[in-house]
Amino acid sequence: MRLLLDLARGMLARRRRQTLVSVTGVALGVAFFIAIASLMRGFQTYFIQQVIDVQPHIVIKDETRTPPAQAAELAITDGAVSINGVKPRDRVRGIRASGEKLDILEAMPGVAAAPILTGPALLRYGARDLSVTITGIDPQRYRRVANLEKDMIQGRLEDLRSAANGLIIGSTLAYRLGVQLGDTVIAVSPRGVTLQMKIVGIFHTGLVSLDQTQGYALLKVNQVLQDRSNVVNQILLRLDDVTQAEPLARRIEARFGDRTESWEEQNRNILTVFVIQNAIMYSVTGAILLVAAFGIYNIISTVVFEKTRDIAILKSLGFTEGDIQALFLLQGAIAGLLGAVLGCLLGQAMIEGLAQVRFATETPAGNDRFMLAQDWRIFAVASGFAVVSAGIAAVIPARRAARLDPVQIVRGAA
Amino acid sequence: MTLLVAESVTKRLAEGVTLVSDIDLRVDGGEFVAITGPSGSGKSSLLYLLGLLDRPTSGRVLLEGQDTASLAPPALAALRLARLGFVFQFHFLLPEFSALDNVLIPIRRRGVLKPAEAEARAMSLLGALGLADDARKLPEQLSGGMRQRVAIARALANDPVLLLADEPTGNLDTKNAAAVFDIFARLAQEDGRAVLVVTHDADLAHRATRRVHLVDGRIVSDERG
Repeated sequence: MRLLLDLARGMLARRRRQTLVSVTGVALGVAFFIAIASLMRGFQTYFIQQVIDVQPHIVIKDETRTPPAQAAELAITDGAVSINGVKPRDRVRGIRASGEKLDILEAMPGVAAAPILTGPALLRYGARDLSVTITGIDPQRYRRVANLEKDMIQGRLEDLRSAANGLIIGSTLAYRLGVQLGDTVIAVSPRGVTLQMKIVGIFHTGLVSLDQTQGYALLKVNQVLQDRSNVVNQILLRLDDVTQAEPLARRIEARFGDRTESWEEQNRNILTVFVIQNAIMYSVTGAILLVAAFGIYNIISTVVFEKTRDIAILKSLGFTEGDIQALFLLQGAIAGLLGAVLGCLLGQAMIEGLAQVRFATETPAGNDRFMLAQDWRIFAVASGFAVVSAGIAAVIPARRAARLDPVQIVRGAA
Repeated sequence: MTLLVAESVTKRLAEGVTLVSDIDLRVDGGEFVAITGPSGSGKSSLLYLLGLLDRPTSGRVLLEGQDTASLAPPALAALRLARLGFVFQFHFLLPEFSALDNVLIPIRRRGVLKPAEAEARAMSLLGALGLADDARKLPEQLSGGMRQRVAIARALANDPVLLLADEPTGNLDTKNAAAVFDIFARLAQEDGRAVLVVTHDADLAHRATRRVHLVDGRIVSDERG
């Protein structure tokens, strides 16, 4: 109602300094919330972006999630069965019928799939021996699921095809072996196969674990090296819509039976840390806003105390208890709203300020500044929280105002 | 026409103190009633009971034939807004708002008139009380007598049938007090309203058309003329 709004505004305007203090309190709470949330969210988004960027979104592995049921367990379904000394079955490991599965996966819209075979090998160059993991890839398909191409510092992915036994290795690995582009190394696999391989490319990701131990060869070449012809032990998927990774992984696992992990599952430990991080952030900023809410409570209480005469006359004029309560709730809401608006501006300014900060660290990803999220939802949550908490803070004094007995006040003032 | 009827109205406080007891009173339109009595005789308490600001412990108050005992607080508030007007010893003007805005508050709360009509009505009320030039001033810029006249204009904002005043001249000098009583007399005489005024000033009381004298919460005399 316009009248109540006018009255509320008039009463707040009269206490300009106090109103300003409590509005500033709310504004600071809102601003800190926005700045911290923006920092946290920005970093998390950046981190997830990196993870999503570097890793395939879904990995299908040549294993099952639960060990296969033993014959004794199947025979005695309602008994307690304990089996000792179970050995893995002696069979060729790998994803069965990988070709058909690949066809099915590639027929799905928005999905790119690449089969790989990973396996250990020893690289020998002169007197140096280094153990590495060699991933056999199909360059055409692999480039659609991973960023290896982007990380190449020497050579190209296609060069794997042009050389007989081409090998791409990480920069640290190349340095430690002492090899350069064009050199030939000897690769020995655990199965005893020895191949002469030519270095056709060197990559640098910035991740030590990759740069130091990873090598890439053609799928066919690695199948020979590992003595596992036609075997694929992982299928990597990349999706247009990352958010679909987890449900799709579950569908694939239900259909194929192979253990299928989404990027969320593979990074669950980090994502759990984010949840805790967010909880800490919300409690800290919540505490700030709580203090701000006490400021609101304080000013509305003061106004109610000072305005007892006005409340009495309004009631005798025919204002109901509901009118009076609304009048003071409105004042709380106005203070909260002003604080929210001011806080959003201040928060934006803080974000701009933080964006100017530069760190003098040389991180692999070349990241020397705060990652800041500019998300309207952060502003909306902060503002909403401020207005609601200001409203709640005003409830108690507003109800006290509504219950004031005009007769007693009129008597007292006479 | 009978506007207000009090039937054996009694008000006791929880501590056992009796403020008014067994009051029977009928007030007609056009009457200007002065309620007199020594301090502590219950005149103000009676006025609040008749003005529906307070509820009697027993007995009932009828306004325009309607029994108010059974009404809920919002209905009482609505009656006060539309049918009653109050003036107190202290003017109780809202300090943040101009004289005009103060008079507009009850009109806007009732919400019957359009904004332009409401303002015209408020201006004509202020004009009738000689405040046409001071309508835009804040209460603190007005003299005591002027403030009380603004308060009277506010009490008349929704054209009440019953005007109740509690020691309205208590803070005024003799000249201003006389002027306020003249206004009350005119309101009763010309518009057919009932005016109830609590006062302890015998001289002023004699300007009223009827004097009800209270002692210890009871009516001891009720004289007209």
